[in-house]
Amino acid sequence: MVNQLSWKVGGQQGEGIESTGEVFAITLNRLGYYLYGYRHFSSRIKGGHTNNKIRVSTKKVRTISDDLDILVAFDQETIDFNFHELRDGGVILADAKFGPKIPEGSNVSLYSVPFTEIASELGTSLMKNMVAIGATSAILNLDPSLFQEVVQDTYGRKGEQVVLNNMEAIRKGAQYLKEELGFDRSDLYLEKADGQKRMFMIGNDAIALGAIAAGARFMAAYPITPASEIMEYLIKKLPDLGGAVIQTEDEIAAATMAIGANYAGARAFTSSAGPGLSLMMESIGLSGMTETPLVIVDTQRGGPSTGLPTKQEQSDLMAMIYGTHGEIPKIVIAPSTVEEAFYDTVEAFNLAEEYQCPVIVLSDLQLSLGKQTVEPLSYESIQIRRGKLLNEELVPEAGNQGYFKRYEITEDGISPRVIPGMKNGIHHVTGVEHDETGKPSEAAANRKAQMEKRLRKLEQIEFNNKVHKNDKHEEPDILFIGYISTRGAIEEAMERLEEDGVKVNHAHIRLIHPFPKEEIRPLIEKAKQVIVVEHNATGQLANLIKMNVGFADKIQSLLKYDGNPFLPNEIYTQSKEFTKQGVLF
Amino acid sequence: MATFKDFRNNVKPNWCPGCGDFSVQAAIQRAAANVGLEPHQLAVISGIGCSGRISGYIYSYGFHGIHGRALPIAQGVKMANQDLTVIAAGGDGDGFAIGTAHTIHSMRRNIDITYIVMDNQIYGLTKGQTSPRSDVGFKTKSTPQGSIESPLSVMELALTAGATFVAQSFSTDLKDLTSLIEQAIQHKGFSFINVFSPCVTYNKVNTYDWFKENLTKLKDIEGYDPSDKKLAMQTLMEYNGLVTGLIYQNKEQKPYEELVPGFGEVPLAKAELKLSKEKFDELVAEFM
Repeated sequence: MVNQLSWKVGGQQGEGIESTGEVFAITLNRLGYYLYGYRHFSSRIKGGHTNNKIRVSTKKVRTISDDLDILVAFDQETIDFNFHELRDGGVILADAKFGPKIPEGSNVSLYSVPFTEIASELGTSLMKNMVAIGATSAILNLDPSLFQEVVQDTYGRKGEQVVLNNMEAIRKGAQYLKEELGFDRSDLYLEKADGQKRMFMIGNDAIALGAIAAGARFMAAYPITPASEIMEYLIKKLPDLGGAVIQTEDEIAAATMAIGANYAGARAFTSSAGPGLSLMMESIGLSGMTETPLVIVDTQRGGPSTGLPTKQEQSDLMAMIYGTHGEIPKIVIAPSTVEEAFYDTVEAFNLAEEYQCPVIVLSDLQLSLGKQTVEPLSYESIQIRRGKLLNEELVPEAGNQGYFKRYEITEDGISPRVIPGMKNGIHHVTGVEHDETGKPSEAAANRKAQMEKRLRKLEQIEFNNKVHKNDKHEEPDILFIGYISTRGAIEEAMERLEEDGVKVNHAHIRLIHPFPKEEIRPLIEKAKQVIVVEHNATGQLANLIKMNVGFADKIQSLLKYDGNPFLPNEIYTQSKEFTKQGVLF
Repeated sequence: MATFKDFRNNVKPNWCPGCGDFSVQAAIQRAAANVGLEPHQLAVISGIGCSGRISGYIYSYGFHGIHGRALPIAQGVKMANQDLTVIAAGGDGDGFAIGTAHTIHSMRRNIDITYIVMDNQIYGLTKGQTSPRSDVGFKTKSTPQGSIESPLSVMELALTAGATFVAQSFSTDLKDLTSLIEQAIQHKGFSFINVFSPCVTYNKVNTYDWFKENLTKLKDIEGYDPSDKKLAMQTLMEYNGLVTGLIYQNKEQKPYEELVPGFGEVPLAKAELKLSKEKFDELVAEFM
């Protein structure tokens, strides 16, 4: 019996690999297992190797696993590409159709199953995926009938016969494995799960749901990987809520349209990835200068330029903090789990209105697209805070052709805000330096006062849980620091290091900018060495930490920029290597 | 009831004496009053350049954005609050160079806003470079030997891009221009008015006198019918685009806002933001 294992299905893009994974994963999720799924795919519609790796566990898992227990292969390429991941004693279920081969001398068992043939006999070769799910269920000792509900949900609209055929394909797959091949390994039986119903979603789902929960009713966006799911979700849901999504001509229009809608009083946002964010830079400056709330989601992918559009990376960090010419107040938040992606997106809309500035929600491909089991999201925790936005009745009389002081100098730098349509709120907004009423002004004293006012706004920023901390050791040998989706891999590497007797603390930074100096400094102070784990080639987060709190001699970068997510073992091994090299301790 | 004087403020425009933009400013103020607006019901969203300053010279809500992006900002404003009258305004650099994509896509999208371009065929604020509207052979600082690129035929472009209200005017025709702006505000959908607004400092070719000599009023063309798109295209080509008046109007096409499913009963700016517990639970359940 196992309480966790990893299963992967692979084949050519466009062959139904994704839906195979979905039917398998949703079923297990509904049985109460915790899942974590990660797709390998390419920037093309059909063809090219794709795979969906799904980790199943009776306990919460936050990342993909190092190795693989079961590989389902629809072509030889899948075996060749993924064989190295299989553990000793792992199993390959391969379609007999292509005559699968594995390297000699390995301790992996290959089972040829006529996926295509069985499916064709039942009516269509398309159901080969279901045969494969059936074969998998036999290995895990799961009754094929458990898939009934999800098959019904997935294929019900195609008619009852299609559902029946697909269920039959699952049964035939299980039967073939048990009866024809005599497969029975109780070491691969899956322990029973708790039967709890939990959500199963990608980070982009949580961001989209968070935006809706925050009251976002207008979105302007341009499709891009890996962000499009956010706009697609809002396109589906906003009609019911009276809102709208505009697919714009480019990301410049997306950002400026969102600025226009926020200026006029709606909660509006856009989402994109690196190339889109590059186009939005001038708009971000406009939002900062005109103090117009703006929420932007950046789902990072491999850069630079078009880079690796479907791969994991965290290399937009510096651009997100400092990008745009000139100096503006800006908030950058970086959720590390799907749950945080939801709560932080809600908070992004509150912060944008409270501080009247751009807020960037920084995700990465692994968080945005990794599909996982999620703990219940709390409705009660959803707050709508609109800061100094005035009710129309409270706006003082403007007098004859008078202007509202939209940019009034205040102690905290934040000025009362009105929206167009309010009788006494008339004011001017401009990206040119301006006085308190928004009238352009080049006067030196005014420039200094307005600049200081804007930058003062974030001095006292309030953000719940700026850093996710695990600081159980008083004098840790290692402090890991990371952000966004590396959290799971770091936590698992920590467990293994602790088993080896290494004392490890962990800080995952959730509020990236303004940088949480007061939270990070003491954590670094008490650590012997700091390892900053991040997905880029130049150590951007490490540099940011050095810039803000120093400790350059203590900080070691652990970097990965080949497009694939960190595996726990890589962090574990590399940290041990640092120890051996005497880099640490 | 507001009069045009209520749309005036005490800011002295920084335009050169004699600039065509003064008349455009006056025409907007008159049109706004004539259609019965109060200053707080109007939002003027402008681009960058001499003309872009116009949002600061009208007493109403005003947003002076970034170069070429007045249109997406204006569309965002309208989507957030369709009770507002939204006018986007800018120059030929804004609309036909850096922001051309927005011009075309705003036209085909057809959100109910009015777009006024102050077209002087030159870049004035940067002190005299060629514009996409400059004629071939036009000598400027950036084209000392004369421009070798063809000027953009913006009225034809508007027709092919699907604009539902297409008009052109000349800044000295204050009465006609005011009337066109009124019609544009009242038109349900995207309205485009290109206004020849001479630059007295840097354009010594396309002067007031030049326009007086070369422009033809559509009302003087016998049998002209602005509901006939083919005729509109033909006339524009025949007169090399140098006509003024209402060129084309499609009163049948519904604006974007009316076509978005579920959109619009309450302006988003006034809508309740908090989701009900029931709705939240319903959305959550879909992921189980």
